[in-house]
Amino acid sequence: MNVTLLGSVDADTLSKVAIPLYSESVPCGFPSPASGYEDTRLDLNELCIPRPSSTYMVRCDGDSMNGIGIYAGDILVVDRSIKPKHGDTVVAAVDGAFTVKTLALKPRVRLLPQNRQYAPIEFKDGSELQLFGVVTHLVRTMQR
Amino acid sequence: MPIYALCDMNSFYVSAELLFRPDLVDKPCIVLSNNDGCAVARNPSAKSLGIKMGAPRFEIEEVIQEHGVITFSSNYTLYADISNRVMTTLERLAPSVFIYSIDEAFLDLSGMENLGPLERYGRSVVDTVRRDVGIPCCIGISNTKTLAKLANQGAKKYPKTGGVVDLTDPQRQRRLMAITDVGDVWGVGRRIGKRLKELGVSSALDLADANPAWIRKHFSVVLERTVRELNGIACIPFDDTPPNKKQIVVSRSFGQRITKLSDMRQAISSYMTKAAEKLRNEGMNAGVVTVFFRTNVFNQNQPQYSNSVSRTLTQPSSDTRVLISIANELLSSIWKNGYAFMKAGVMLSDFYDKSISQQGLFDIEPVDGRSTKLMATLDKINRQKKGQLTFARDGISQNWQMKRENLSPCYTTRWSDLPKVR
Repeated sequence: MNVTLLGSVDADTLSKVAIPLYSESVPCGFPSPASGYEDTRLDLNELCIPRPSSTYMVRCDGDSMNGIGIYAGDILVVDRSIKPKHGDTVVAAVDGAFTVKTLALKPRVRLLPQNRQYAPIEFKDGSELQLFGVVTHLVRTMQR
Repeated sequence: MPIYALCDMNSFYVSAELLFRPDLVDKPCIVLSNNDGCAVARNPSAKSLGIKMGAPRFEIEEVIQEHGVITFSSNYTLYADISNRVMTTLERLAPSVFIYSIDEAFLDLSGMENLGPLERYGRSVVDTVRRDVGIPCCIGISNTKTLAKLANQGAKKYPKTGGVVDLTDPQRQRRLMAITDVGDVWGVGRRIGKRLKELGVSSALDLADANPAWIRKHFSVVLERTVRELNGIACIPFDDTPPNKKQIVVSRSFGQRITKLSDMRQAISSYMTKAAEKLRNEGMNAGVVTVFFRTNVFNQNQPQYSNSVSRTLTQPSSDTRVLISIANELLSSIWKNGYAFMKAGVMLSDFYDKSISQQGLFDIEPVDGRSTKLMATLDKINRQKKGQLTFARDGISQNWQMKRENLSPCYTTRWSDLPKVR
């Protein structure tokens, strides 16, 4: 696999996290004369945060979701404006604390952990599920 | 006829704090002003304990202890971000939005009455803000801004309304005005309200039915405008922007009392840095600089001294270096040792448009293009990250900074402060 240097980000565009995308890879030492036509810069915000005013970020602090690859230290992008559906990863307030779980609506409303060491969270009659929002993306800084 | 709505966020500062503290939603909570001085926001549970708006902390200390009231120091970084989210959401939902304050916005809904019941529209706005941002709000709808404000107060006061009141019907307007104290009418206030009551005008309806000419004669043209607005005649334009600022004041109470001139110099210099930045944002030069400070007037056991001093500049300026140096000269001229100062501030006034500044006859320095450039660069750097570039006079260890003992994290603006989920 070729690795392409994407270039530096200048200070004026820092807040937009703009990274130039080259549509072609450049073989080391022999740049193709056809390359050099830059496409528009990619903006990670555009990908992860289409609705900034309803998007919050939270940090994961447990291991209950290890089964689907959410680990402690990960940053979760949460969009409140999305209507939650069965199977969504959601952030909810349970007993006064935020938790990230898989939302089950069938056969009844439950919050499912993705780790055998934890039990599903059930809701008794009359108690309400306090949803904070739906997790849409995950940001992880890789160990180096 | 125009149709305006006022959207007002409920107990905004507390609501913003509680968005990230699900453990506290059922508890009485208040937010304290700068320096943890007074209660500036209360949730309904704190209100029911009798904590009044603006109550100084020492007066409510007992209630706080007895009922375990949760207190937050004001976290304006957080409130500004959440407010911005609400306003952005409103702009998506309404054809035209005028931001009135950090927690209030007027919406221009003229013409939308043809699209369906206004109350249903209002409810969809309240629900969307609640779901998308997480902040509860109320909406009042009517034909003038003053009536929209009245409708909003009704929506807040009466839970049965579900937070939305459509007050476009004149009969309904009169019914609500009849049970509204005249002092609660937008633009009246406590002092004028008291005078009105002495003259037999005690409800909003009394004011609406008063003779405008009589009101103008005995009060002001501003109050006459209020009378017309209560009668459904829109007098205040939708985007009634306040005129250019006439003065800029930066003033704070200190965390610890200041007794040394060197500490006071730091404080005054850093306030002037902030004031000058605001001044440049307005595109103005200031012609008068004022410095003031005072001891704690509530503590009569301590020696008291307060003073203020102003100087008119021969050449109006917005250069932080010039303004700091003048402020320091002024400070030296009124400083006295032996007092414990509680509060200080600077004021800039007598503004001139930057583009029409003229060189004084006896000015040694020419009107300096380099100064403008330097300040623009400084502002640009500091906009990227607050306080990145400071003046040495502001000091490095600012131990006089204000008290913020129960400051919450900046959940939405700092990577290190993100809320935790398990």
